[in-house]
Amino acid sequence: MYTQGLLTPSPKSPAAVEDAELLARFQARIDREEKIEPKDWMPDQYRQTLVRQISQHAHSEIVGMLPEGNWIGRAPTLLRKSILIAKVQDEGGHGAYLYSAAETLGVSRAELIDQLLSGRAKYSSIFNYPTPTWADIGAIGWLVDGAAIMNQIPLCRCSYGPYARAMVRVCKEESFHQRQGYDIMLQLARGTPAQRQMAQDAFNRWWWPSLMMFGPSDGASQHTALSVRWKIKRFTNDELRQKFVDFTVPQAHFLGLTVPDPLLHLDESTGHYRFGDIDWSEFQAVLAGNGPCNRERLAARRAAHEDGRWVREAALAYADKLTSRTRSVA
Amino acid sequence: MIAEPRALAADKTALFEYVLRLADTSLVLAQRLGAWVGHAPAIEEDLGLANTALDLLGQARLLLAYAGEIEGAGRNEDVLAFLREEGEFRNIALAEQPNGDFADTIVRQFLIDAYQVELYDRLQGSVDTQLAAIAAKAVKETRYHLRYSRGWVVRLGDGTSESHARMQGAIDRLWKYTAELVTADELDSRLHAAGVAPDHEAVVTAWRTRAREAFSEATLDMPAGASYAWFGKQGRHTESLGQLLAEMQYLYRGHPGAAW
Repeated sequence: MYTQGLLTPSPKSPAAVEDAELLARFQARIDREEKIEPKDWMPDQYRQTLVRQISQHAHSEIVGMLPEGNWIGRAPTLLRKSILIAKVQDEGGHGAYLYSAAETLGVSRAELIDQLLSGRAKYSSIFNYPTPTWADIGAIGWLVDGAAIMNQIPLCRCSYGPYARAMVRVCKEESFHQRQGYDIMLQLARGTPAQRQMAQDAFNRWWWPSLMMFGPSDGASQHTALSVRWKIKRFTNDELRQKFVDFTVPQAHFLGLTVPDPLLHLDESTGHYRFGDIDWSEFQAVLAGNGPCNRERLAARRAAHEDGRWVREAALAYADKLTSRTRSVA
Repeated sequence: MIAEPRALAADKTALFEYVLRLADTSLVLAQRLGAWVGHAPAIEEDLGLANTALDLLGQARLLLAYAGEIEGAGRNEDVLAFLREEGEFRNIALAEQPNGDFADTIVRQFLIDAYQVELYDRLQGSVDTQLAAIAAKAVKETRYHLRYSRGWVVRLGDGTSESHARMQGAIDRLWKYTAELVTADELDSRLHAAGVAPDHEAVVTAWRTRAREAFSEATLDMPAGASYAWFGKQGRHTESLGQLLAEMQYLYRGHPGAAW
């Protein structure tokens, strides 16, 4: 899961100090749709942009384990419990995989995790919303993973090879998660009045934050041009958001849910659903750390890190002992 | 028409009870491990603990479904998991002990993994073909669980002085719950005589050897005796199980008859 809305431009101006000829050759390779690999020359800003994007993506996967993990203990059937554990495990796997992809760019996982825990790095704001009911697990799978897929499918063609390849695998799993989430919603929608109410309530709470996952509208997004030129990004935020709305609204109707937007309507001339204004002040507030669960999410990650410190230290100490014993035997 | 039970046609109740012991131990332990996911010391441990939880849950589901079939009262895996009260659970009390820190979790896991490996390995030869088939699947998974937990027992026992102290503390705290593990009761003996369950003494001897070797490699002391015997497998549980079930069962119980 990931939102591209978190991309921020690197402080340096593009390639101010890079050799013009190298830059031209680099751009030509991108234009020919060649993949850039870790040992290839790349402009500093390309590297920085990717480190930021891939690590934010990895952080989002790891923090995203928390709101969903909240329901592992209480899943209402053993099958749902299995599916949920497997799903949260997949998110952890994506995180590990993406940290490795970021490491190919010359940063360590430890540095990146330090950035997350110290609050310097961002992760997807969507995970700062709470999961008070079981229907939230359905809504996250259906909407949040659904939005993530819209963002990530184009990333399978991203110009940076390790990231593009990671995305192929991640997208397969995310699309599975999206269907599982929809299946939870379907079961609730066909269930008792209390279950239907649970589904509608979760939908009301997740609809707008899901639309915000695509980031600021194109007019307000400063970094799109360069990322598009470098084929890190292939569609604008608004294009992807529209695609998501067009895809999701009929699914909501099939479930018998009401989209919490009085202005939503189908524009017959274009075939697109038109929707009301997004409350960007909420987006900015959550992004700035003032969402419903920002503090709790970071606190949980910090606690896991601190509580696990003695375990990691012991593992390293044991590995050192093992190495020195092997040497003394040899 | 319901197929003739695979063994013990005359003693369905005993077989039902025995299968529940296996099922509930895996289910309760999976429930405990699930709480680690997202909070483990490293991402790899989130994945490893989740993996073990998933395997255990898979075993529990097969066993509960089989128990329901033996009972023949129309209880499926979910009814058995979510609508029994603590006195009706048959897991060993060790499985229900709280997660504590990573040392507590690893010691609990290792002691049960080592036990389940020996148990399932022998259960493959059961005259009950369904149990034998489940055991054949479970033993492969359990070997991985044991490799994981044993690896951590050695690493943490022989790691730093802090990790050593935490591990020894966890062993000393949890050891008393192994009393029921090493003690065969009347049901264990009866099912062994019928060819359904393995020889409990052989399982215990092999388990003890595994524990002694691992603790020795980890520079940890194995306690001499067990001070109090809880018999979770007979439905006498510690205070922890009720809390665990309250969390696990609340949603299912809150919506009687609902499908999820």
